[in-house]
Amino acid sequence: MSLTLSVNGQRHTTPAAPETPLLYVLRNDLGLNSPKYGCGIAQCGACTVLLDGQAVRSCVMPCAAATQGQVTTLEGLGNTNKLHALQKAFIEEQAVQCGYCINGMIMSAKALLDRVRNPSEAQIREAMAGNLCRCGTHTRILRAIQRAAKELA
Amino acid sequence: MNTFDNSDNTQVNQPARRAFLKRTALTVAFSLSPLLPAIAQAPAAAVLPGNLNGNRRLDSWLRINANGTVTMLTGKVELGQGILTALLQIVSDELDVDIQRLQVISGDTALTPNEGVTAGSLSVQDSGTALRFACAEARGLLLAAAASKLGVPASELLVSDGNISARQGSAHTTYWEVTGDASLQREATAQTAPKPSSQHRLTGTSMQRRDIPAKVTGGEAFVQDLRLPGMVHGRVVRPSAPRAKLVSVDIAAVQRMAGVRVVHRDGNFLAVAADREEQAIAAANALRASARWDEPGDLPPVGAALFTHMKAARSQDSVVANKADPGVAATATVKVNAEYTRPYQAHASIGPSCAVAQWSADKAENKLRVWCHSQSVFPLRNDMAKALRMPQNNITISHREGSGCYGHNGADDVALDAALLARALPGTPVRLQWMREDEFASEPLGSAMVMQMHGALNAAGKVVDWQHELWSYTHSTRPYDPDGINLSASWLLQEPAKPGPARNIPQPSGGSDRNAVPLYNFGQHKTINHLLLDMPIRTSALRTLGAYANTFALESFMDEMAGVTGADPLAFRLAHMSDPRGRAVLERVATMANWKTMPTPDTRNPTAPVKAGVLRGRGMAFSKYKNLASYVAIVMDIAVDTRSGVITLDKVWSAVDVGLVVNPDGVRNQIEGGIVQSASWSLFETAHHDSRHLISRNWPDYRIMRFPEVPALQVDLINRPNERSLGVGEGSQGPTVGALANAFANATGRRLRDLPFTPDRVKQALG
Repeated sequence: MSLTLSVNGQRHTTPAAPETPLLYVLRNDLGLNSPKYGCGIAQCGACTVLLDGQAVRSCVMPCAAATQGQVTTLEGLGNTNKLHALQKAFIEEQAVQCGYCINGMIMSAKALLDRVRNPSEAQIREAMAGNLCRCGTHTRILRAIQRAAKELA
Repeated sequence: MNTFDNSDNTQVNQPARRAFLKRTALTVAFSLSPLLPAIAQAPAAAVLPGNLNGNRRLDSWLRINANGTVTMLTGKVELGQGILTALLQIVSDELDVDIQRLQVISGDTALTPNEGVTAGSLSVQDSGTALRFACAEARGLLLAAAASKLGVPASELLVSDGNISARQGSAHTTYWEVTGDASLQREATAQTAPKPSSQHRLTGTSMQRRDIPAKVTGGEAFVQDLRLPGMVHGRVVRPSAPRAKLVSVDIAAVQRMAGVRVVHRDGNFLAVAADREEQAIAAANALRASARWDEPGDLPPVGAALFTHMKAARSQDSVVANKADPGVAATATVKVNAEYTRPYQAHASIGPSCAVAQWSADKAENKLRVWCHSQSVFPLRNDMAKALRMPQNNITISHREGSGCYGHNGADDVALDAALLARALPGTPVRLQWMREDEFASEPLGSAMVMQMHGALNAAGKVVDWQHELWSYTHSTRPYDPDGINLSASWLLQEPAKPGPARNIPQPSGGSDRNAVPLYNFGQHKTINHLLLDMPIRTSALRTLGAYANTFALESFMDEMAGVTGADPLAFRLAHMSDPRGRAVLERVATMANWKTMPTPDTRNPTAPVKAGVLRGRGMAFSKYKNLASYVAIVMDIAVDTRSGVITLDKVWSAVDVGLVVNPDGVRNQIEGGIVQSASWSLFETAHHDSRHLISRNWPDYRIMRFPEVPALQVDLINRPNERSLGVGEGSQGPTVGALANAFANATGRRLRDLPFTPDRVKQALG
């Protein structure tokens, strides 16, 4: 048997067992690079994707739980030819060091900006508290989110 | 005689040290690891600049392609520090070719120069210098070929983006047309001078990094994203404790699990490959559940007892610096002593280590391909060949980016893990990623350290004597040790290999003793290093090696000395600093932060009660990393909540001198990241163990700094276009912890001498 998922506007089927974390289906069955394995227990945010607009941790979400909704990954926001405002802002602010956490940063920021149009710095910091960055790029990430918020406002 | 000469308990083992120095003398200048490959030269060869010296052919650095592109080859690798973009800026400037034409190959044992390890903040210094000279020489050769072709003297030719034209007339050609006549298949001479900085177009500008677009759009950016046809997924099951022996495990049951291709056991090495990643994880979990381990329970004590244990442990002792001036030391009127400690700390990369390995389908061919995020693909190949008992030339290792590593994490180990597992499936590519728990429990940690400081002031309040004595496990167990194999899986095999012995990188850069030699002018000073010879918990290079803890001690103790007379921290530092560049960063950061003269508190025996509430404070610190690289001065403003014991970082100012700046924004990014990471180490981080196990296994057990806790940052660069570029990647780590410790003393009148500054420690210090 197989499950059907809607990811970035397209329907996909996966042979994965229903309890398989969505992360592995997205990465290995759909060939998407953006969600990253970081901790496996929803503590770092590297695997963040959107499910019906809500930021969720794909490392702990069974893929069966995502079959009824719309999944959006970083690839679904934009690409190098047509960047989303957040992607553009992260490039303009050079808000990346190693970049392993950046998928989660942008996806969490997307969920925030969809919810709060013009968040204060304190609101952004609070909303991003569950996303870990080890390189210490936080202040640039904050600036990038603020820049994108302005552009989207 | 030194005022604090404790010759009773310091056995200085000079002969052994001399022997070690002699053996490693050729590699010391590239001191990323005590021992590095392919640096030694035939005695007659001229010394060439940077890493051109160890990789002397021009075509090992540069290829001018007939299709109008140029390939830059470098042994240095991208770790998220932006190095490849900085090197491209250098090549573009020296060669007069637009950066868009440049392609990069980095860190590949089959293709690139061997530049040892990408570490020690040396890439611009060593690889950048080599590329500058190689490009200048190549440009000269191309112009000579063009001159001959066009019949115009080379001095009359101009180059723009590889297009060569005569100053006068219409004669014209291109690099791509003459590349066949200007062979780079020759030894470099380094006789062509690179351009003066006044002629640089891109050097000194904030080019956007080339690797970032893929990272913000889900492109294939990391080794974790590599997908080869037919690839299967692997996981390891590491021993439950250091040196634990596998007593039993139910392999047959796991072999029957869905998708499992192979369960591989070799002694205490246990791994599994399956068709799907979640199947490999499930199989590894089942293996772990059924495995019984015999755990030796031989880990050192915890808490304060760890440091007592370390001071009594078997050690190799050396005086690494000794400036004697007994006459001046004899003028001492006040003596000060203090002891500082730092716990084991983890690299804690966000992405667990990962590698892909593939053996030749034909076993007799015995060839191995590996893709991994090692900082040192050539040294890794050396150790993998020893561990796998095969010729080095049968192994090709290609660097692919991983998560930021900040030193020697699991990147090398996982490559051997993948190779061992893949050997059981000839022809099949195996992607093996560690789980988060593997990363925390298996990565080499940054060593715990003890620093004992003794100082003396004269009647004028000047430091006339200074002693820095430290105890540390090794900071250097990277691959490429002649006396062992430094890959963890090799120690687990049925026929186990042994790791190399504890080593220290000698001064001037130092390892454990890095930045333990003061740059300040003191009457006399002495530095004693106790390298602990046994390693119950595996340690290796964590960003800055010993410099973070030594600068914490040194800069805290500077303020403790200033506090004796209540001197202003800035004035006290300047009074002991003659290096003009050191003075310049201190003065610049003081201006940035609007520094106002203030008395340093006397924290020797504080008795006045600390008032309750939120106390604000400001601290300053300085270091020149390794006493060889970037100058960084930092001022930090903090708040201390006396009730909760929580320290909040408000703002951090930093003034930085890295000589010639290649990419200002890249430098800022590194300095900013170092500040935040050091602040995280200093406020939160301890890698915990008990008598048997490493017990920090996932983020709930190893807290790091989060967004709400990150301070505002301001970084100023003092560009010195006529000075050589100095390493920047580790420059801010030491001064950050120094400024934090001093800000706490300024806020509270109490001193924190044990890292990290947790709320419990703060409350205890405040009484």
